[in-house]
Amino acid sequence: MANRSILGIFRDPESTASAVDSIKQAGIGTQDFDILSGVPYPEGTFGEHGPGHKLFVFPLIGAACGFSVALLLTLGTQVSFPMVQGGKPLIAIPPMMVIMYEGTMLGAILFTVLGVIFESRLPRGEVGLYDPRITEGYIGLLISCPEDKFSTVEQALRGAGAEDIKTESSSGVHR
Amino acid sequence: MQDRKVLTDEQINRELLWFVFNRPTRFWVAITIAGLAFLAGITAFSIMVTFGLGVTGLNPVVAWAFLITNFVFWVGISHAGVMISAILRLTQAEWRRPVTRAAEVLTVFALATAAIFPLIHMGRPWRAYWIFPIDFARGVWPSVRSPLVWDPSAIFTYLTGSSLFVYVALIPDLAIARDRTTGFQHRLYSILCLGWRGTPMQWKMQVLAGILLSGLILPVFVSVHSIVSWDFGMSLVPNWHTTIFAPYFVIGAVHSGVSGVVTLMAFLRIFMKLENYITPDHFDALGRLLTVVATAWLYFFLLEIVYGFLTLETAETAVRDLQILKYPYNIMFILIFLNSYFIPVPLWLFKRVRRNVWLMFVTSLMVNVGMWLERFIIIVPGLLYRQPLTFVWGEYTPSLIETTLVLSSFGLVTFGFLLFSKIFPIIPIADQKEGQAVQEEIQIGKVSVPAIIRE
Repeated sequence: MANRSILGIFRDPESTASAVDSIKQAGIGTQDFDILSGVPYPEGTFGEHGPGHKLFVFPLIGAACGFSVALLLTLGTQVSFPMVQGGKPLIAIPPMMVIMYEGTMLGAILFTVLGVIFESRLPRGEVGLYDPRITEGYIGLLISCPEDKFSTVEQALRGAGAEDIKTESSSGVHR
Repeated sequence: MQDRKVLTDEQINRELLWFVFNRPTRFWVAITIAGLAFLAGITAFSIMVTFGLGVTGLNPVVAWAFLITNFVFWVGISHAGVMISAILRLTQAEWRRPVTRAAEVLTVFALATAAIFPLIHMGRPWRAYWIFPIDFARGVWPSVRSPLVWDPSAIFTYLTGSSLFVYVALIPDLAIARDRTTGFQHRLYSILCLGWRGTPMQWKMQVLAGILLSGLILPVFVSVHSIVSWDFGMSLVPNWHTTIFAPYFVIGAVHSGVSGVVTLMAFLRIFMKLENYITPDHFDALGRLLTVVATAWLYFFLLEIVYGFLTLETAETAVRDLQILKYPYNIMFILIFLNSYFIPVPLWLFKRVRRNVWLMFVTSLMVNVGMWLERFIIIVPGLLYRQPLTFVWGEYTPSLIETTLVLSSFGLVTFGFLLFSKIFPIIPIADQKEGQAVQEEIQIGKVSVPAIIRE
């Protein structure tokens, strides 16, 4: 059975948390709903599942890549253009470290940003079921549920004090 | 922070997006003045490219002067922006909220402007690619031993990191702008916000990005100005090859940069009428920080002079003699002391001064006049070689072209900053709302004080 999306718009975190309790009782799992808000609330405010992520791996991979590229560049340029300066060894490690440091940090920064975007599940071509009031202080409770549970969920949202409900079907968004 | 105001989400949206969605006359006047200054710089640069470096006051002896001074100055200004933002984010200081973005944007435009100046100074900017390892055809590669190669790598890293830092933190605000626009603006903000919806995971990533990127950018910020100092420190020019140059330059950058942020905050409060967000409390906090930073800078400034005299090398003492006793450098020397320390710091000791926006604006500008001169008297007197048994006896007078280029750089930074604040909210809206969401008034005895509730 195909899932349908339903978005409940709430005025405050308390009513949203109560709606989350209601839909959980209606048999909706934690992976089937999402909270949309205009500000970051502390984790677990709405009784939602704390999201897991692997963001901390990204800067490490980035740093390793940046270090390797910088090492390759600094070594490669000195070997490819062997110019002895001041009778010093051809491969000069101290100045290489300056560029390798910058390369490492650049790699870490680039991969951190990539990681943030990836873990945020961005970019999204379509925003989907959404309401601009969310960036005005309202809180959205977005649920994906099977057709047979749809009316139960809708009633649960209304019962918890949803100010507005939007639904999505194959024909588009309905209010 | 006693000045915290209670604002609704809708009010925050309306007030912080007002400048983005409206076109006040003062904006057009300011951007026209800044744009004209920038155009003057382009004209000066065109003349320089057409007629060569002979139109500047540079000569074979004094080969670095006004333009490199300006480069060091803008790199310095660029430093405190991200530094303040990163430190305040890492320590979760509540008063950071209205300060961070403006400081970060100042970093980006100041650094981009700084990066232009060595290119202009080269006289042949179209050969700038020689410092990058891309000349596969001839197999001629840049020498990694040269600080002039380290510099671009550091600046590129810092500029890329700072720009991404600004962008990542801007994404939630772009979504707010998307939700309040139609037509072309809506499409633009929709693309830029990448389809942001504000899920718990997206907010969590925002918080972690702030912490991680702050942690990564802070060491880069220290390295960049250290490397800029090594442009001088690795040479054999008297007065330049001292070992304290790296920390001295970094603390100088922090001093001028934090002052730049104060100037900017005052400008935002007065020009954009953001009194609800940028309060005297912010100036008070920054004033206290500046007092400490200025004193640390003074220590290094004096230390550098003392080191020069300690060795009693003829070349070193000759430069100190020039800097401290000979006109016009002695006047600059006095101005540096007065502007960067002895006038502002005693004033900042008074709370009434720190909470006075106009006084903070003026004193922060004074610091930066002093800091510009400080870079000048580091660079030029050292190159004049006015010492016994020298075969060169340098002279330097800045030309109109160089002066125009330097003044136009202020126009360029202002132009960029104004343009940014016309397209994007200059105070983080979502951050501001979060501050409202977690704040509470608590009663202690007979007084009600603002408190913060957070994880």
